[in-house]
Amino acid sequence: MQLARVIGTVVATIKNDSLEGRTLLVVQTLNKDLEPKGSPMIAVDSVGAGVGELVFWCRGKEASFPFKREDTPTDCTIIGIVDSDLHVTQG
Amino acid sequence: MILARVLGNIVASTKNHRYDNASIMLCQQVTPEGDETAMTVLALNAVDAGVGDTVLIVQEGWGASTASTGKPGAAIDSAIVGVVDYVDLLKDEQ
Repeated sequence: MQLARVIGTVVATIKNDSLEGRTLLVVQTLNKDLEPKGSPMIAVDSVGAGVGELVFWCRGKEASFPFKREDTPTDCTIIGIVDSDLHVTQG
Repeated sequence: MILARVLGNIVASTKNHRYDNASIMLCQQVTPEGDETAMTVLALNAVDAGVGDTVLIVQEGWGASTASTGKPGAAIDSAIVGVVDYVDLLKDEQ
């Protein structure tokens, strides 16, 4: 799992049937100091996250587990919303 | 599995229900020599590891989910499954 900031939304009218009604969000992965790391990615939302929020996402096959996992094609799903930037503690 | 050092933790009230009662630790991958790498990762704490500990993180969903929640099939891709006492390396490798 990785920390990320939601930086946008994606609208796709034509998509796999099982993605119907799902929110697609653009997420920028962050490092431990909450600075951007790597390129933004598209994630399926499972917790009701919105633009600007600090979230964490799950990769791989496990990303489909919050949904009907046999047929939801996702490899990146938002599975939690961090309460605030101050709730990421170190040391 | 990867070697990592526990940096801290995060608090998230809204999360997948399978994460209830689990602690989510912020970890930084380290080399066998103990040097930090640029990669950080969140992992569920299945062994009560603390901040500063060098730990083993499994990054395979079935194992990570079973170790940290007792059941497979959760949206979990990383779990701390061991606290490392030390890494013994051949002299050539050091």
